[in-house]
Amino acid sequence: MEMTKNYFFSDMGVMLGRSLRHILRSMDTIITVTIIPIGMMLLFVYVFGGAIQTGTDNYVNYLLPGILLMAIGSGISYTAFRLFLDMQRGIFERFHSMPIVRSTVLWGHVLTSLVSNAISAIVIILVALVIGFRSSAGILAWLAVAGILALFTLALTWIAVIPGLTAKSVDGASAFSYPLLFLPFISSAFVPTTTMPPAIRAFAENQPVTAIVEAIRSLLAGQSVGNDIWVALAWCLGILIVAYISAMWVYKRKAA
Amino acid sequence: MEQAIQVKGIQKSYKKLHVLKGIDFEVEKGSIFALLGSNGAGKTTVVKILTTLLKQDEGTAIVNGFDVVSKPGNVRQSISLTGQFTAVDEIMTGRENLIMIAKLRHLKNSRQISDDLLRRFGLTEAAGRRVSVYSGGMRRRLDLAMSLVGKSQIIFLDEPTTGLDPEARIEVWKNVRELADGGTTVFLTTQYLEEAEQLADRIAILHEGRIIANGTLAELKKMFPPAKVEYVEKQPTLEEIFLAIIGKKEEK
Repeated sequence: MEMTKNYFFSDMGVMLGRSLRHILRSMDTIITVTIIPIGMMLLFVYVFGGAIQTGTDNYVNYLLPGILLMAIGSGISYTAFRLFLDMQRGIFERFHSMPIVRSTVLWGHVLTSLVSNAISAIVIILVALVIGFRSSAGILAWLAVAGILALFTLALTWIAVIPGLTAKSVDGASAFSYPLLFLPFISSAFVPTTTMPPAIRAFAENQPVTAIVEAIRSLLAGQSVGNDIWVALAWCLGILIVAYISAMWVYKRKAA
Repeated sequence: MEQAIQVKGIQKSYKKLHVLKGIDFEVEKGSIFALLGSNGAGKTTVVKILTTLLKQDEGTAIVNGFDVVSKPGNVRQSISLTGQFTAVDEIMTGRENLIMIAKLRHLKNSRQISDDLLRRFGLTEAAGRRVSVYSGGMRRRLDLAMSLVGKSQIIFLDEPTTGLDPEARIEVWKNVRELADGGTTVFLTTQYLEEAEQLADRIAILHEGRIIANGTLAELKKMFPPAKVEYVEKQPTLEEIFLAIIGKKEEK
């Protein structure tokens, strides 16, 4: 350890290079990750959207933030999957028996998740533009959106690390993300919460997806974000810290 | 003689399962040492402790002069591990795998190192192909080649020939011998008696958590009743037949 500290960036570069090759050579995973959110987006815009009253005239604008969160929710399951394979195939053991900075092994996977989810998000935004999404947001607002999404991805990725390290099967490694796909439905991602029964409404208005969706929506619409952005950031950071600590605890027990 | 590995009183339990019940052995520098034992005897646990992947409950292990618990960084500088499962990256090519390891070992001219190893292991032709299309034998060769990047002083091979066909196994044996001839210390585990007999300068038998025998092949033989001369018709084994036929095919 003591002598390997100065190799952090070199090792990180190698790990990241490996992961990026994985992404570029399995573009089908990007397609798999984006196809369901895009399908949802089309379904909601062209089938349900006409009947949904959101108080805005452009339903794609209303919908897009929730769709992006959904894509990230399914995208991170690939991190769990890749980690699981590395554990299974002894690649972790090979790396850990080498004089490298150990933390780069996990961080490589986490940064990969950021990159691949960024690609998915761009693909989805392009499709949204085609079907009528318009934004008056300036460069700062877009940067803020990117920042929130990146933080959200990081938080969920560290959650995904846990099943990736502990799962006994491939299915187990990715099954954890299903609840994440449903969370947007019980939020203001697709419809305003005002028509929901009180108990569900209370849940919907106080769960992270709603705060994040509202913050992104306001940013993209070029409106003031008010409190939402702080609530959204607090959720993302809170989940990130708890998930990171838990994941590192599991990592130390399982692999180090 | 200098010792590459010194193990004293190592104990290890997984929850209630007492896998290693106090084992001691030493491995001479530049020798081939085989740890022989059936499945589940704890061979892999020994390898994991010596390669800093796992901490023992009791006892000390010194690898290349460094304690595995207090100086894991130095130990990792000295060793290379080829685990039980071929730890190769399927999505990358053979060459990329080797270059990755060379870079992680912080070596310059990683390209040259990988080309040399590819040639040595007969993988030059397949170098640009993804590992996912390699045969089992090719993967194992690449796996071994990856362990040789950087010329570690001590190489650990955990069941290096399990799951290989006879030809690939003989190939691996040849590579191991070459390594030892070059001065590398080789620590290997195996469940095949023949493998230990073929390769090892010294053999230790691990059984129910203890080393029950440890010596050269000649010493181990002495522990058992003297050889009797008997005349028995020698039937070729299927392996000998298989290799003979393959050999003839290749001559044509």
